Amino acid sequence: MTARSNWPLYEVFVRGKRGLNHVHVGSLHAADEEMAVRHARDLYTRRNEGVSIWVVKAADITASSPDEKDPFFAPSGDKVYRHPTFYDIPDDVPHM
Amino acid sequence: MFDNAYEALTEEGDARWAFGTGFADPLSGVDTTVPSGVDGAELAAYCLMLGDDALIMSHRLQEWCTRAPELEDEVAIANIGLDLLGQARLLLARAGKADGTDRGEDEFAFLRTEQAFRNVRLVEVGNADFAFSMARLLVFATWRLALLQRLVDSVDPVLAAIAAKGVKEVAYHRDYAARWVVRLGDGTELSHQRMQNGLTAVWPYVGELFTGHPVESRIGVDPAELRAEFDAVLAQVLTAATLQLPETPALATVLGRSGRDGVHTEEMGYLLAELQSVARAHPDATW
Repeated sequence: MTARSNWPLYEVFVRGKRGLNHVHVGSLHAADEEMAVRHARDLYTRRNEGVSIWVVKAADITASSPDEKDPFFAPSGDKVYRHPTFYDIPDDVPHM
Repeated sequence: MFDNAYEALTEEGDARWAFGTGFADPLSGVDTTVPSGVDGAELAAYCLMLGDDALIMSHRLQEWCTRAPELEDEVAIANIGLDLLGQARLLLARAGKADGTDRGEDEFAFLRTEQAFRNVRLVEVGNADFAFSMARLLVFATWRLALLQRLVDSVDPVLAAIAAKGVKEVAYHRDYAARWVVRLGDGTELSHQRMQNGLTAVWPYVGELFTGHPVESRIGVDPAELRAEFDAVLAQVLTAATLQLPETPALATVLGRSGRDGVHTEEMGYLLAELQSVARAHPDATW
């Protein structure tokens, strides 16, 4: 039997009614994926926020390390030409 | 794009996400006059039966707050208790309108004596352990869902609207309980034994759910009609949970009278003492 304290941590992503993408809203403990989705429903969509839920084990997420922040992110700081700010976006192009 | 996650989830320009969005009043646009041909006193009696079931069941679920095995389940169980409390409020308020006394929901909940409560005895028994509570919730939600699904066609439009709201809620309650019953029943040797014990302890209170009171079949749903659906759902869940259908005999009535007649178990008095103590200590207080 899995001890209660050993229930793994899951990260929860919810897509709202007008949202196009799932947004990280928090985390929870659950014994398995199925229970995690149901717990997420009870904890994070109580106020009518969501239409879709993703859960993923926190341990399965590979993250960048805060220690390598400078070499990892700093080089893009002065490359303004990577931002699409030099042309007009037509009014009828949605979700930009 | 957004400063915090909730901005991405809520409606455009709604800064009050903490209060929820897109909620609808279940009784909006519903005609609240008692339909012609319906006996107001009988309708009120029926609303009290269904309302008291929800109120007392909600109280037993609330008792898990601060005691649930996991924080996540505590929130889930509290949500279920709140759903049922919401149903109880609508039903008790309807009773006060239907019987012409104009009594409010609080008066029914907090100022009636034990003999005036019409709930089935299943809901008043104390929580023995988590397995018992999940077995009871499975039994209660399976029975109530079958009932509410038929009540959406009620002659009383208010009752029909309350039932329509309740169907969506209780379907989830049944799902939640069934998953725990299967998880524990088909779990370890210890969890299986405790789940079986919980189910066996709940079983004496099941028979009363289907004998009912004459008022029920006259104005609402005859509970005897629900037995076949109840048995089919329970059989499916118990098979998946590798549990045995208990053969515990039904709890005796008192000269044929039980919860629907205001005859309750010893534990009901203690429950009401706690439920009503604040309201009785501070009459007419508002909060």
